[in-house]
Amino acid sequence: MKILVLVKQVPDTATKIRLNPGDTAIQTDGIKWVINPYDEFAIEECLRLKEKAGGEVVVLSLGPSRVEEAIRQALAMGADRAIHVMTDAVIDSQVAARALAKVAQEEGYDLIVTGKQAVDDDQAQVGALVAVELGLPQVTVVIELNVDVESRRIRAERELEGASEIVELPMPAVITAQRGLNEPRYPTLPNIMKAKKKEVKSVPLDSLGVDTTPWVRVEELTLPPERPAAKILTGEPEEAAKELARLLHEEAKVI
Amino acid sequence: MDAFAALREGVRQLCQRFPASYWRDCDRDRAYPEAFLSAMTEAGYLAALIPERYGGVGLGVMEASVILEEVNRSGGNAAQCHAQMYTMGTLLRHGSEEQKQRWLPDIAAGRLRLQAFGVTEPGAGSDTTHLETTAVWDGDHYRVTGQKIFISRVQHSDYLLLLARTTPIDQVTRRSDGLSVFMVDLREALQDGLFVQPIETMMNHETNALFFDGVSVPRENLIGEEGQGFSYILDGMNAERILIAGECLGDGYFFIDRATAYARERVVFNRPIGQNQGIQFPLARAYAHLRAADLMRTQAAERFDQGEPSGEEANLAKLLASEASWEAANAAIQTHGGYGFAVDYDIERKFRETRLFQVAPVSTNLILAYIGEHVLDLPRSY
Ligand SMILES: Cc1cc2nc3c(=O)[nH]c(=O)nc-3n(C[C@H](O)[C@H](O)[C@H](O)COP(=O)(O)OP(=O)(O)OC[C@H]3O[C@@H](n4cnc5c(N)ncnc54)[C@H](O)[C@@H]3O)c2cc1C
Repeated sequence: MKILVLVKQVPDTATKIRLNPGDTAIQTDGIKWVINPYDEFAIEECLRLKEKAGGEVVVLSLGPSRVEEAIRQALAMGADRAIHVMTDAVIDSQVAARALAKVAQEEGYDLIVTGKQAVDDDQAQVGALVAVELGLPQVTVVIELNVDVESRRIRAERELEGASEIVELPMPAVITAQRGLNEPRYPTLPNIMKAKKKEVKSVPLDSLGVDTTPWVRVEELTLPPERPAAKILTGEPEEAAKELARLLHEEAKVI
Repeated sequence: MDAFAALREGVRQLCQRFPASYWRDCDRDRAYPEAFLSAMTEAGYLAALIPERYGGVGLGVMEASVILEEVNRSGGNAAQCHAQMYTMGTLLRHGSEEQKQRWLPDIAAGRLRLQAFGVTEPGAGSDTTHLETTAVWDGDHYRVTGQKIFISRVQHSDYLLLLARTTPIDQVTRRSDGLSVFMVDLREALQDGLFVQPIETMMNHETNALFFDGVSVPRENLIGEEGQGFSYILDGMNAERILIAGECLGDGYFFIDRATAYARERVVFNRPIGQNQGIQFPLARAYAHLRAADLMRTQAAERFDQGEPSGEEANLAKLLASEASWEAANAAIQTHGGYGFAVDYDIERKFRETRLFQVAPVSTNLILAYIGEHVLDLPRSY
């Protein structure tokens, strides 16, 4: 079985976001980059599938040269090889999906897996758009995945608000992973050493022949307003409770 | 980019599953960090220095030093990792092929714990060649008699690497002759005249006094040639110093990470305390000393791994790193004020732990004595 796993490199979630006035992207110097956490669930699931059914796991990533670090980490977890679509350009989900779908088509696959969303811009579009580009069935926000390799059928449980849904679909398909699908492994030392020697094929975005005009343009980016200083209520408990109720009702308007 | 970025990241990811609270609990309960050691073993880190043909990963001292550094930097303590990683060095360098086949694959897989190393004695501390524990050949077995002290991890190890005298000191030309190294099966020894007396210390570090009363050790457990043991131990010292330097650096960076974060957040007199030079400068100075020690560690490790003489660099690295980690510890506890003494902040625990490196496995004065004698060509001082 050949599984493609789409991996995005994103700023570490603990990053302090910095913006200069007029910026349409965050300042990236000094940022620690990591694998998108939801993609880690995807990688783990692919590795488990491969351990059960055999075959190979190919990492597919898009972005500037720094992305190779994330790729090597995915390889250290146990993926077999990688394809890096290289670009320094700012691109939107649509262009990313087109580029990734094009490479997937050339590469061939039985299954495509990725995270349900990337935690940088939180758009949750690329997985779904890749399925559309390739004309594949898809199931998103998956918390349990069963793949029957013999019959080439997939049974997936996906998370809904307050409920879960069981979906059946044929292979090939696109799956997007939600937290809870599994517990991602950490790399082992032998795998970290092997990862250095695994193949990472670099493909310039321009060489793919896909339309790279973005559909979405960021107009403006601002930080959330600073939270006002906390109000501390003093006095007798009875008085304070009354004042709290009044503030919640009249000022915060939450009750 | 750091050539070891991927390695560091790997160790960090593993260590993240063992947060400071895990180490606090171990410290409070004086518990052996079993779960952490299993995870490090399973991920292959503790087999870093064992060649691939014996089931290890076959890396150098540089990588091993970085692994231990990252463990300590995460807030953990690498003492047990260090022991399982490195005690086998003597066996690897001087054991017979048969002995290596017998033990190394099991050590690499973690099935066999070789985490105890018995040198120090009450009557011969820093002065190793005067140790009095004897191993006498009775025609059948070696019989070990004597006393050792501060022998760590004996209760959590399957084997002990033991240094004992096989030829009395008055029958050898040089006092460093006549000492031999043995692999002692601890389970057997405990049935056969070995008594273990735990020693409480100021940190969570299982260490013991050992009493040997005619413990028998088979000939096939003698490592290398009889009488050459001291040189076998000596030629493992440089690597050990480089590993210890890594652990010191990890501690030092831990203190700087924590103290700078705290100094940015803690507001007193309407300003973050880190804005005061009295807080900022000691941290800056400690950081500078850490970085300098780090360079010396790297140089020592590179020379060692290339097979060049590294005695000077390894000793300098250990000296500088252990002093820098202590300086950082002191700056960190001062930065934290009263909170530095509260267990939940981890500073007091690491403060206790990092102090050890100036005494064990070798104390600072003995390092200085080495530099004086062997680097500066001054008369031997001891
Ligand atoms: C927690 C802990 C764990 C340990 N684990 C182990 C272990 O697993 N295996 C093992 O074999 N040992 C172990 N040790 C022992 C350790 O290696 C020794 O404590 C250390 O080598 C110093 O020996 P000593 O304690 O006898 O000190 P001493 O030799 O009595 O020295 C005391 C002080 O005098 C100084 N001094 C002595 N002679 C001179 C001189 N000529 N010139 C200048 N200064 C001098 C020393 O530097 C030291 O500061 C451990 C110790 C501790 C505290």
